[in-house]
Amino acid sequence: MGDSRTPAHDDAPLSTSKRGEEKEHMSLSLVDPKGDTLSGKTVTINRPRQELYDYWRALENLSTFMENVERIEGLGDNRYHWVVKAPAGKTVEWIAKVTQDVPGKVLAWASEEGADVPNSGRIDFRDAPGGRGTWVTATILYDPPGGIVGKVVAKLFQREPAIQARRDLRRFKQFMETGEIATGARTQAQFAQEID
Amino acid sequence: MRALTWHGKHDVRVDTVDDPEILNPRDAIIKITSTAICGSDLHLYDGYIPTMQAGDILGHEFMGEVVETGPKSTLTKGQRVVVPFTIACGSCFHCTKHQYSACDNGLPADNQDIAQAAYGQPMSGLFGYSHMTGGYAGGQAEYVRVPFSDIGPIVVPNGIEDDKVLFLSDILPTGWMAAENAQIEPGDTVAVWGCGPVGLFAVQSAFLMGAERVIAIDHFPHRLELARKLGAETINFEQSKTYEALMEMTGGIGPDACIDSVGLEAHGFFADNVWDQIKVSTFTGTDRTHSIRQAILACRKGGRVSMPAVYGGFVDKFPLGAFMEKGLTLKTGQTHVQHYMPALLNAIMEEKIDTTFLISHRMPLEQAAEGYKLFHDKQNEVTKIVLKPGMELAPTK
Repeated sequence: MGDSRTPAHDDAPLSTSKRGEEKEHMSLSLVDPKGDTLSGKTVTINRPRQELYDYWRALENLSTFMENVERIEGLGDNRYHWVVKAPAGKTVEWIAKVTQDVPGKVLAWASEEGADVPNSGRIDFRDAPGGRGTWVTATILYDPPGGIVGKVVAKLFQREPAIQARRDLRRFKQFMETGEIATGARTQAQFAQEID
Repeated sequence: MRALTWHGKHDVRVDTVDDPEILNPRDAIIKITSTAICGSDLHLYDGYIPTMQAGDILGHEFMGEVVETGPKSTLTKGQRVVVPFTIACGSCFHCTKHQYSACDNGLPADNQDIAQAAYGQPMSGLFGYSHMTGGYAGGQAEYVRVPFSDIGPIVVPNGIEDDKVLFLSDILPTGWMAAENAQIEPGDTVAVWGCGPVGLFAVQSAFLMGAERVIAIDHFPHRLELARKLGAETINFEQSKTYEALMEMTGGIGPDACIDSVGLEAHGFFADNVWDQIKVSTFTGTDRTHSIRQAILACRKGGRVSMPAVYGGFVDKFPLGAFMEKGLTLKTGQTHVQHYMPALLNAIMEEKIDTTFLISHRMPLEQAAEGYKLFHDKQNEVTKIVLKPGMELAPTK
């Protein structure tokens, strides 16, 4: 990510920029232009880089820790059909194609024409300094369904992609570090309701 | 099962609720044999802690018998275990450094948002202590689900009675860590604010770590008496001026180390405390902080301040100048219970530490609501209430 900065820029990641237009412009150097809302998050996971990449690369796996993903089906030729829960019991769907794949390092995708929620993004896997495992950075660009109103509604239902991405990364970390995903539920019924 | 549930300020009830179930591979279900009411449970009872929901089961000091295990649990049915109040995974960066209360994975991902907004990073999960700490059902119940049961619970031998080991779950390690954080050196005079369980265990621990003198500060005569029995000198802040007394009792130097084990619900009729109380009730601040200010002012130059006391939010009038000019060290934090349990269990088995002096009341779980009221209203006489599911109902005083 560091090589795409202009000299005037500091060393902070793009997703933390205070300048909207700069953020938008520069995000295009990272991911395909599939929306106007950028979300970037990094989490440190105390596991080797290759192991994390391998789990993620089998995209069908993602529904184990991505709470809103109902299922992901491989269609062949690096194309995947995503079915994702949306507010008010609905689902949204799209087909996304893997646009970049550097084993152990980067995985990028972009939705194809006709997506309910146009989106693109990339996951970077980097060795964390000090032997602390791996930095996993998710950079996601998307068009909020229903524009800005849709974004507010989705936030109310906690189904806004930026919130979900943040929480999904935490669940990925939990799953890879501990073998399970933490829940405060007491009974199977509460547990089922939680992940509805 | 029966369980003590929270319904609002000064409203807790023993209700019938669904039994807990194994939800994750590393879970275990524990049948509770003893569970205590903690001073910090009174913060919930008094409505100071946000993100509580009606029906939440309280209790984070408990022990019992393993009755069910998930496929990845290392416990076996029938084992007796004491469960640490901090829910930690054992495999994240912080856990590998034994900073269990800072575990990255103990909190469910959704609950981490609140904690991250409040503190900058999310902390470990806690049993029975609001949804900011994970919304985990507590142990003031007949049964409890214990996550990461291969890491947290410590197995205790069958011969030793509950009352001797129960406090490994929280207050004994908390008192011990408070003394450890005070970095006590031989010859030290250590001052301890608050003679609740943590304060008293800090007194005990400070002596074991080589303190020459310990000065305990409170206003409940019975609690001061317990501190005196442990070998401490005492200051009753209703009778004497604390700062002046500490200075005179240390030859004008001040205590080498100060331990604040009072925290959130500091009592005392001081002007700044009244102002803090006003701010608490008008939501402009959450913490009442007289004891920590006094500890910083009294502490000798270059001394150490340890703060096991629970604070949740912001403080005003923190004596930052005194803190800097005198070159003090402040150490604090939620207890890394898992780190301290094995050594403290040994100390109990070898009879170097006896914590049973603290227990003033034993009651059946059915009377837990009365227990809360009693603890809240009579802090002089009530030093610790232990609830025992299945114990016969007794008439309460």
